[in-house]
Amino acid sequence: MTTGSAADANGLPTESVRHFPEGSASPALELKRLTKTFGSLTACDAIDITLYRGEILTLLGENGSGKTTLMNMITGLYRPDSGAMFVRGKREDIRTPSDARRLGIGMIHQHFKLVEPFTAQENILLGLPRSRGQSPARLRADIGALSGRYGLGVELDRRVSGMSVSQKQTVEILKVLYRGADVLILDEPTAVLTPQEADRLFGILRRMRDNGAAIIMITHKLSEVMALSDRVAVLRQGRRAATVRKDETTPEQLTEFMVGQKVTLNIERPATVRKPLLSVKNLTVRDADGATRLSGVSFGLESGEILGVAGVAGSGQKQLCEAIAGLVPTVSGEILLHGRDIAGQSPRKIYDQGVRLGFIPEDRLGMGLVGSMNIVDNLLLRDYRLQRGPFVRRSGAAKRAGDLVRRLSIIPPEPLRPVSRLSGGNLQKVLLGRELMGRPELLVTSYVVRGLDVHSSYVIYDLLNEQKKNGVGALFVGEDLDVLLELCDRIMVLCGGRVTGIVDSKAATRERIGLLMAGGEV
Amino acid sequence: MTAARGERFLTIRMAQRESMPALQAAALRVLALLLALATGGLFIRLIGFDPLAIYAGMLRGVFGTAISIRETVKLAAPLCVTALGLAVAFRMRYWNIGGEGQMSVGAIAATYFALYHQNLLGVEWPRWLLLTVMALTAMAAGALWGLVPAWFNARYGANETLFTLMLNYVAMYVIQFLREGPWKNPRDMGYPKIAMFPAAAQLPKVLGAHAGWIIALALVVLVSLYIRYTKQGFELTVVGANPNTARYAGMPVRRVILRTAAISAALCALSGMIKASGADRTLTDGVAGGIGFTAITVSWLANLSPPAIAAVAFLFGMLEKGAGYVQSTYRVSASAADVLQGVILFFVLGSEFFTRYRIIIGRTCADERSA
Repeated sequence: MTTGSAADANGLPTESVRHFPEGSASPALELKRLTKTFGSLTACDAIDITLYRGEILTLLGENGSGKTTLMNMITGLYRPDSGAMFVRGKREDIRTPSDARRLGIGMIHQHFKLVEPFTAQENILLGLPRSRGQSPARLRADIGALSGRYGLGVELDRRVSGMSVSQKQTVEILKVLYRGADVLILDEPTAVLTPQEADRLFGILRRMRDNGAAIIMITHKLSEVMALSDRVAVLRQGRRAATVRKDETTPEQLTEFMVGQKVTLNIERPATVRKPLLSVKNLTVRDADGATRLSGVSFGLESGEILGVAGVAGSGQKQLCEAIAGLVPTVSGEILLHGRDIAGQSPRKIYDQGVRLGFIPEDRLGMGLVGSMNIVDNLLLRDYRLQRGPFVRRSGAAKRAGDLVRRLSIIPPEPLRPVSRLSGGNLQKVLLGRELMGRPELLVTSYVVRGLDVHSSYVIYDLLNEQKKNGVGALFVGEDLDVLLELCDRIMVLCGGRVTGIVDSKAATRERIGLLMAGGEV
Repeated sequence: MTAARGERFLTIRMAQRESMPALQAAALRVLALLLALATGGLFIRLIGFDPLAIYAGMLRGVFGTAISIRETVKLAAPLCVTALGLAVAFRMRYWNIGGEGQMSVGAIAATYFALYHQNLLGVEWPRWLLLTVMALTAMAAGALWGLVPAWFNARYGANETLFTLMLNYVAMYVIQFLREGPWKNPRDMGYPKIAMFPAAAQLPKVLGAHAGWIIALALVVLVSLYIRYTKQGFELTVVGANPNTARYAGMPVRRVILRTAAISAALCALSGMIKASGADRTLTDGVAGGIGFTAITVSWLANLSPPAIAAVAFLFGMLEKGAGYVQSTYRVSASAADVLQGVILFFVLGSEFFTRYRIIIGRTCADERSA
């Protein structure tokens, strides 16, 4: 890497934006050569970023590019190995999260840190020292004024437990603002929102910017970058690949910065011959606590078809996939595969009936793979039972692992390395590769490209299309509406465990799906 | 410059190591041993003995004569077998802390045949048959004993750590009950003791030490094979590492838990039978005598690897034997001998920590910028 500060690895001037925004803008936060290593991995490598007051900077990067590590250093969760941070021009050591808070740096996490049975106001005041001479009415007025100034529209007396995800997020923002934060960091804030809610959030963020706040938003959705940001900082493999003004860049260029090479962003949607394959009728699923997670879900899936499943996170996607795979008990309803009901059967029983089902769960190391085992043993998971006798023979799996590593160019190409050491994309290749080796007729995929880099994502889309052409029927649970619209033949939208609509991708729009995600019957 | 500001903060942190070169790890362990001996020596000096003499005594106690080596092996064998049994369960992340109780139960079952069933239709059982029956019943009893907590764990998610721990006391009191009542030896003149095993119920000697060590070595091989090369071993590893993936792969998770816990307990019970039949030649409530707990340390120190378990168990046997020898020869008090053992263990365990983690001392935010 380069050690000088004049230019980074791409020859881009590291401080090309010194003169922006013009005139009086002063830096709210300056990161100078921040470096953090974990063992032999350099998560952040001498990163320089300057954030000005009154701007929205999006931090773009693939998973593993160092975004989260960087933010954790700013908020005091990690301590940098070297480098320095300046807040409002003054050098600061941010050693703990409370240091960060004191310096006016606030973070909105993906998982909200709110006390559910408390009201919004109680949550906002929680943990703050009660200052003398401040009447409850006064506090309330202060919070209300703050909420009004940014158009947050928080109902202060409402209990958090009764709020929607979007409302909870707004409470979280207000909480951070009330604690005096003027540097706000949001970690993938739209993952849990419908498109409409995301637009509302962007409105709030813009107002905050116009009031002088400095905002960093982490994302990997290019459409959001283009919609919201003033500037974009792109990280790649722990280094800053570029910092550009949004007006002066394009999604293609940003992707190139992110990936390090040109990528064509096209997903094909081949036409195929169709036959009925899967038919789900009136499926109802409850979780261990007895809460209904799926209710009366009905749909059909044909072979040679990719059926997308859209919905805000936690709308029942997980339960749907796991019910089909036999991993959660069903309350009622049928899951007919080739006309045979597999509802409520164990994975083993489903398998023993000769059903060839491939399943890519959303949390790959949580289910699907064993992190501490190597690729060979992970391949064995699916078919070790078919071997005769009490012993496992690894020679066949070792050969297949070698093939897989070559064919999907898994890096590093070491079949005997524990898979937990692989990056998200390579991990996914192992899992998908194994499931495809079983020559499935039905493929259930849940957030299959989550955490994958752009390049890997497109490799995966191609693999899915290849399966589709071979007559496989695929259920594709996704979060990026653009991808769903391009890749899938039809899209089923879930909201609160119900199907709110099944639309043809060719005729559908983001807006329409967004409405369905929010529960609107169209 | 600005760097001065960072220097005010001296921090100590730990970070996980990727891996340590074998040579460096070996050097670290030798260093740990030397430090242990030095610290232990200081302690010996403080209580008024000559460290060199004591250490020489310990070595003599372990290797001095053929008898002392055999005694060491005798101590190590049940420890090794119990640690192997526990390792099977630990590999599934099933925390079987019930080695003591499982050993006791195995010993009880073996004793039943040793004392009350050595005759078959009036004919004395041949030794091989009696010992085989003793071993098998011990293992069966241990398996059943181990199944109780395992069933509650698999069915209701009951905490196996507490459950197996509590059962230790139950087993020990069962032995006391048998000793005071049904199995009290009438020939011991009212003194509550269980009778000695007849010759046919005692493990034969091989190279002067009871055959327990042969069983232990055979089990090292068998357990290695079981874990690494059988489907069941594969299943228990997956269930331990990730139960969700195990379910996903169609493994019968509950059955694997039950089976593994039963095997683990059966091995511990076999160890109890070895101890009773080979070393004690009777049943006492001290048949496990802490072995079930020490075996936990042995198992982890060996990183659950069967060959390493054998080595570590032998080392523990040496420590025990050596400490026992200086205790009787030099009149070092029993607790002082224990302290010595503890000091050595402390350093050895500590060195394992350093092979897995590194310590970073320094300034965190110090500015390394040139300008």
